[in-house]
Amino acid sequence: MRYLPHDAEDRRAMLAAIGVDSVDALFEAVPPGLLLGGMPELPGHASEIAVERAMSSLASRNVPAGTVPFFAGCGAYKHHVPASVDHLIQRSEFMTAYTPYQPEIAQGTLQYLFEFQTQVALLTGMDVANASMYDGSTAAAEAVFMAHRVTKRNKAVLSGGLHPHYRAVIETLSHYASHEVVALPPGPSQDFSEVIDGQTSCVVVQLPGVFGGVRDVTALAELAHAQGALLIVVTTEAVSFGALRSPGSMSADIAVAEGQSIGNGLNFGGPYLGLFATRDKFVRQMPGRLCGETVDEAGKRGFVLTLSTREQHIRRDKATSNICTNSGLCSLAFTIHMTLLGEAGLRKLAQVNHANAVKLAEALAKVPGVEIVTPQFFNEFTIRTSKPGAEVIDALVDEGVIGGVPASRLFPRSPELDKLIIVAATEMTTPADRDAYSGALAKVLS
Amino acid sequence: MMDMTTKSFASEAAPTFTGNRALQIEEPLIFEIGSNETCGVDLEEPEAVESRLGDMARTEPIGLPGLSEPEAMRHYVRLSQNNYSIDTGLFPLGSCTMKHNPRLNEKMARLPGFGDIHPLQPQRTVEGAVRAMAELANWLTTLTGMPAVALSPKAGAHGELCGMIAIKAALEARGQAATRRVVLVPDSAHGTNPATAALLGFKVRPVAAAKDGTVRVEAVREALGDGHDVAAMMLTNPNTCGLFEPEIRQIAAALHEAGGYLYCDGANFNAIAGKVRPGDLGVDAMHINLHKTFSTPHGGGGPGAGPVVFSAALAPFAPLPLLKLEEGAWTLVEDAPVASDAGAKQGDARPFGRLVAFHGQMGMFVRALTYMLSFGADGIRQASEDAVLNANYIRAQLRDVMSQPFGDRPCMHEVLFDESFLKGTGLTTLDFAKAMIDEGFHPMTVYFPLVVHGAMLIEPTESESKHSLDQFIGALRGLALAAGEGETERFKSAPRFAPRRRLDETRAARQPVLRYRRT
Amino acid sequence: MADMKYTRDHEYIRVEAGVGTIGITGHAQEKLGDIVFVELPTIGKVLSKGQEAAVVESVKAASEVYAPVSGEVVAVNEAIVAEPALVNQDAEESAWFLKMKITNPRELDGLMSADAYRDYLETLE
Repeated sequence: MRYLPHDAEDRRAMLAAIGVDSVDALFEAVPPGLLLGGMPELPGHASEIAVERAMSSLASRNVPAGTVPFFAGCGAYKHHVPASVDHLIQRSEFMTAYTPYQPEIAQGTLQYLFEFQTQVALLTGMDVANASMYDGSTAAAEAVFMAHRVTKRNKAVLSGGLHPHYRAVIETLSHYASHEVVALPPGPSQDFSEVIDGQTSCVVVQLPGVFGGVRDVTALAELAHAQGALLIVVTTEAVSFGALRSPGSMSADIAVAEGQSIGNGLNFGGPYLGLFATRDKFVRQMPGRLCGETVDEAGKRGFVLTLSTREQHIRRDKATSNICTNSGLCSLAFTIHMTLLGEAGLRKLAQVNHANAVKLAEALAKVPGVEIVTPQFFNEFTIRTSKPGAEVIDALVDEGVIGGVPASRLFPRSPELDKLIIVAATEMTTPADRDAYSGALAKVLS
Repeated sequence: MMDMTTKSFASEAAPTFTGNRALQIEEPLIFEIGSNETCGVDLEEPEAVESRLGDMARTEPIGLPGLSEPEAMRHYVRLSQNNYSIDTGLFPLGSCTMKHNPRLNEKMARLPGFGDIHPLQPQRTVEGAVRAMAELANWLTTLTGMPAVALSPKAGAHGELCGMIAIKAALEARGQAATRRVVLVPDSAHGTNPATAALLGFKVRPVAAAKDGTVRVEAVREALGDGHDVAAMMLTNPNTCGLFEPEIRQIAAALHEAGGYLYCDGANFNAIAGKVRPGDLGVDAMHINLHKTFSTPHGGGGPGAGPVVFSAALAPFAPLPLLKLEEGAWTLVEDAPVASDAGAKQGDARPFGRLVAFHGQMGMFVRALTYMLSFGADGIRQASEDAVLNANYIRAQLRDVMSQPFGDRPCMHEVLFDESFLKGTGLTTLDFAKAMIDEGFHPMTVYFPLVVHGAMLIEPTESESKHSLDQFIGALRGLALAAGEGETERFKSAPRFAPRRRLDETRAARQPVLRYRRT
Repeated sequence: MADMKYTRDHEYIRVEAGVGTIGITGHAQEKLGDIVFVELPTIGKVLSKGQEAAVVESVKAASEVYAPVSGEVVAVNEAIVAEPALVNQDAEESAWFLKMKITNPRELDGLMSADAYRDYLETLE
């Protein structure tokens, strides 16, 4: 077996040095009857050839996004990842490194984390960002818990434009941590004035919303602050930072995001990348790892993990979170891609995304039975179709098009949303894709 | 005669003009070398459209630097050269299982049929992906002897949260969540254990280890009291001292008898995979770290994956999404009545809800499944045996120069030493660790577990050859003997040869600088 | 001369006219290492004996500071918030944490004198 270096002679010599006859003597501490006599009922080892064949067979039964006109978004987006990014993250010293607890031999990881934290703070318009969380949904939940700690209250108000999976995560964790959640019904326009009161710790709003809409949340921030609550802004499409006003500029207190769109592929939902940023005054309540600048004994600038006393390995039951491993390599992919893009590149990428979405909306609006219901959007919008969305999407598959996400898939208990489909366009969307979609949609709805 | 005091020699402290030392390059931050206008990505011009952004269009610059592709490549390659990694050398971190990360895993994860599929595209277009998840689930349930598994947790700590929430959900269904608020945790537990319990509103009650480092059922019974307020115990097996918990079955029985559950931290599964089944031990929930036992890369701090296996008692409460076999095809059930739904009645056995958006770390599932198929049942079993063999070989070759807190006895896949052998030398565990860096090794886990003074926890894994182990042993022997002979400078000044000397962590904490700011 | 008493958790309390000045001992700051952060209670907070009064953090550890006796917080030492290093330099004098109006002076009887605390430290070695 190619991953095991020992041969029989090695094992013999080592057992002799230890002073036992067989390796089973080393399992003596296992009570009798518990050591398995035979093999588990699973296949035996296989060659690289055989494994490739088996895995390729499984892979071939899936339709990759890059092989068809593709319009699904809703928290995960089909973007282009430059070849350099994927190459660099596979370097041994990045990929097979550990958490940088011994900073003298981990300056590679620590320096890119410092650069990453800075980029995230700049993009969100906030003061400080952490070294990543698992994904956008858990980052949002951690933000809610942080708001509870800061305000010493425990009621969260969730906007109806929040991704339902994100809402479900917050509701699940809140239930078992005995916190309260008030979730507005799904939909784009919201009246928060009734629900924000002196018991509210935070208001959570998604921008662009799950239906694609973009709107200014400064007034909402003021409403929340007037009651002593924090505003948490959630962004599921990181490219939108290149086109929209930042959460920080709209007085958000905590900004979280899903970073997958930059540097990371679709991967069927994971691994993804949670971005988390806040104001300086809240830094000690922030979960997750933090990388900070310092100097070494020779006076050279270097980087270390810092403010660790917030974390589980020190604070244990008083930690700000239980998070340990986060999304290291995904944050590296993000920071490399963001460095390649730079200011000019990100702005242009965002423009291309927006332009492609606008053109797509114009094309779809011309299809009989289709109505665009999102007036202001970035690269994602919602259409209402004359037939139920789930049926339409299914029929489109037979036409060779993956036309978006039917609202009924995300909101199965809201039949009033049944005719809605959420559609995304990115820099990968071509005019031919647009035409294919319009044509197929016209056929399906006729 | 030349005035030697003004001549600019390259001095001892700064031997080169650039500050570089051959292959070790001093690399600035991107903010110091990039520019707002430079871009390493070529994009097509956007078509002219009427903006639909309204008043939400960004007007302020972001402040991001850009680099061309060659500059970016060089920047990150140079950074990488400052990192130690598994591919560099033995990485002896206890309970981290730094085994070889096979590259076939990477190749398979990047097949477009796995890497380029969206979690919400129609299920009939991703049938192979869901089937792969089901296959992984089968490996995990078979190896552990448990009937059910939740694949969605994104890391070990997330898995702990999953397991403990399932326990809380089961208690709620019994109407006992309000009375059972205590979780028993051994002093030697990893910090994530009490952190997870506290997050869920449990009160942590510590259980002391016996003199030999294990947890005895008598100690558990004492901590249980009459058992009416205990929800669960969190136990690591093999434990963080590298020892199999010999009374784990009795502990499970005592907990069950008192109406509680046993959560097992599976971080050390690499010692027993294919040899012992947690299901046979009475475990109710256990997380498995795919990035430890099943070879998915550590990535400098993630991404990981922490699926959780469940006993029959907890299986009904496993979170969404659920894997379902329907007419020969595997599907994901994304929505179902959950325990916290309004209208849920006591007694309802339901998924406890959702822990994360979408379906979990598919990229890590593909890598782990590739590893499992490559190794097979026999390989996994052999790997566990070699992992235990390697740790005991290190123990045998160092027991005369280093000190074991619980006496010399066989360990499992990791061996625990303490700082006793440094007594009287004026050196600490930290000094010893830093000197290892100069010898070309990443230090072992230090100061954990907390139950031992100056702990040094060494886990070599099965990936190390005898030659590699001998080199490691030789280095530690040399250092231990040098310490005993009163050589302090070697240790106190370490590391001398790493890209950085010891860093001022006090300064980093007192005056936090957490981002670059243009001065 | 103010009365100096000690706890087993390495807090001290110096009592003068019904007001106790509380901090951590020299031994505690030495064990913790470089202090990087302190979190002090709000003025007016009522603490009972043994309740968490403050938090002191070093790079590698965080420790609770418990109220040696019951009382009401009347002052906190902003100087150590601004410069945590003071706790390492002068733990038992200028780097006090908080002052409290003591509500039950009899609780002081259960605490150790300076000599008793010195003896206690020896048992910990």
